Amino acid sequence: MTNPNNATISTVHTAGFTSGHALQIPTLRILQDDGTIYPGAVAPELDKETALKMYHSMSFIRVLDERMLAAQRQGRISFYMQCLGEEAATVGSAAALDDKDMIMAQYREQGALRYRGFSLEQFMNQLFSNEKDLGKGRQMPVHYGSKDIYYMTISSPLGTQIPQAAGYAYAQKLRGLSNVTICYFGEGAASEGDFHAGLNMAAVHKAPVLFFCRNNGYAISTPANEQFKGDGIACRAVGYGMKAIRVDGADILAVYQATKMAREYALETNEPVLLESIAYRLGAHSSSDDPSGYRSKEEEEHWRKNDPISRFRLWLLAKGWLDDEADKAQIEALRAEILDALKVAEKVAKPGIEHLISDVYAEPIPELERQLAELKAHIRKYPDAYPITSGRMS
Amino acid sequence: MAKMNMLQAINNALDLAMAKDSTVVCFGEDVGHFGGVFRATSKLQEKYGKDRCFNTPLTEQGIAGFANGMASQGMKPVAEIQFADYIFPAFDQIVNETAKFRYRSGNEFNVGGLVFRTPYGGGIAGGHYHSQSPEAYFAHTPGLKIAVPRDPYQAKGLLLASIASEDPVIFFEPKKLYRASTGEVPEEYYEIPLGVAEVMQEGKDVTVLAWGAQIEICQKAIEMAAAQGISCELIDLRSILPWDVETVVKSVTKTGRLVINHEAPLTGGFAGEIAATIQQRCFLHLESPIARVCGLDTPYPLALEREYVADHLKTFEAIVASVKF
Repeated sequence: MTNPNNATISTVHTAGFTSGHALQIPTLRILQDDGTIYPGAVAPELDKETALKMYHSMSFIRVLDERMLAAQRQGRISFYMQCLGEEAATVGSAAALDDKDMIMAQYREQGALRYRGFSLEQFMNQLFSNEKDLGKGRQMPVHYGSKDIYYMTISSPLGTQIPQAAGYAYAQKLRGLSNVTICYFGEGAASEGDFHAGLNMAAVHKAPVLFFCRNNGYAISTPANEQFKGDGIACRAVGYGMKAIRVDGADILAVYQATKMAREYALETNEPVLLESIAYRLGAHSSSDDPSGYRSKEEEEHWRKNDPISRFRLWLLAKGWLDDEADKAQIEALRAEILDALKVAEKVAKPGIEHLISDVYAEPIPELERQLAELKAHIRKYPDAYPITSGRMS
Repeated sequence: MAKMNMLQAINNALDLAMAKDSTVVCFGEDVGHFGGVFRATSKLQEKYGKDRCFNTPLTEQGIAGFANGMASQGMKPVAEIQFADYIFPAFDQIVNETAKFRYRSGNEFNVGGLVFRTPYGGGIAGGHYHSQSPEAYFAHTPGLKIAVPRDPYQAKGLLLASIASEDPVIFFEPKKLYRASTGEVPEEYYEIPLGVAEVMQEGKDVTVLAWGAQIEICQKAIEMAAAQGISCELIDLRSILPWDVETVVKSVTKTGRLVINHEAPLTGGFAGEIAATIQQRCFLHLESPIARVCGLDTPYPLALEREYVADHLKTFEAIVASVKF
């Protein structure tokens, strides 16, 4: 007989609850603060080249974040979002993927983007919304995307990428591709309806998705204990009949190993996996936010000691894969390189007026052509009021 | 040619699209083995397998999000929202995601090929949660296309064009006509272009404009008007977004009068958009104010449905008033 309720019925004859905290998921830790491996832990297999690429992606992002936040303070860009403290979570997970696995990110995953090969110039062009930006200057800073490197363009509404990742991965499966989709989101976004919709759809339709929750403690100012009541986010996987794993998000070896294992499982079974990275958003939510209004310096200092980059750096130094002096010099050089690229990108022209109507549809509809013609006539009449476009209209 | 009702024509269109292109996939609540609550996807699972025609959990935002993801990968999802009244949990996925996918990525990604099929409109004693016509909400969203068929022939051709479109389409199906409307439909593949209205009947005194199930209401009204010697030109708009401004302008330039009929409430309805454009384009040709015959500005009623709807008598009265103005 089939089981119409899709629920296991094991009978009891005395009423009693199952506790809402019955399930506690352990956190995988491999790398200690001093760069050594925990007793009993085994470092994942990682070749020198990959390990250095991971390290350089993290340090690149650290310097980029520092430099671009300063650029925002100077009024050179309108907005910025750092990922301070979470570099290992996104770089470590991206490193465990195939280059053609789709990445659907939230907005704080520049580490994964850099690991995939997004160039310094591409970062800058997006941040300055100039005409070389792949997104044609349409979205606020940090809304990156690139088809070539399988990185879906970021969308501001929270959580919308979660059911989309289920659909994307389902399409990968239908086409017989040996690829998965990774979907990043925060513990705050996990409160959106799209989280439930997406995880349930992926589980029911057997879509190979790695749902990667970056639990960083805060959704803007709202702490996690005002966001949800359960044990983190990972425990929810069980409700969807899905596997889960929780890792220390500042431990790049743990993140790498967990993601690699999840990827293999998802590909093999076409089942989604929920990963939860426990880390701390050391920076503000964005350049428009000031955490001093909602959390203490002491709390921040406590977490600052848990730096994902220094931990991995110590491990690399101990292995003899990294030279201390050369690395410091390289970071100094990177600072100069980033500043040079910034100066170039801020001088590149903004997109032309035709991009006001392009890509709304595959081809502009007649009404849009009419509106553009009307606008151009208006700009020609008042060229000084529209300096970005008036000098270069066809 | 074969005689089909609208459901059969829709089913036939989906069948042809799935046979022609292995990336076309149909899904939604009860869409799989059961073939949908109206049977529009009947037998498709049997024919194309559970991977390409399947039931989803009861989550409109999940259906829409899943469809966006599939389409961004390059497949052609045809997602059913069981009733247009239940499309609102998916509003964010449609308005903020579907509609802006190509634009926001600078054409790096797009969801062309995505079609949301959804039964809309009254006439089935459905009250306010099984009768709404929400096209105007979506018409306010650049990036979407919207089509509404009036009969089986139109339904098949417009649906096939929607699936073939490089842009995402919301396809509103007048559920009251699902079985009531029958006609000759070619068995082979054909498309009716989106964004093009059809002049169904030429006339000289007044232009009557509608879409979907309201076309047959307007046909009754213009017959009554003809008996009084009033010659009406009837236009089926067919696409709400983009809408065929030129065909309507040409007609109203000739007749000097326009009566627009739609099921949805008056205020904020798409008739307002049409009236604004036509008064601007045809100002010196107008002989009378543009009239709107619409639903009342109330939720859709149940017991008093007949009083509420933009029926043939109200349309007839508007035609006469326009001519006598």
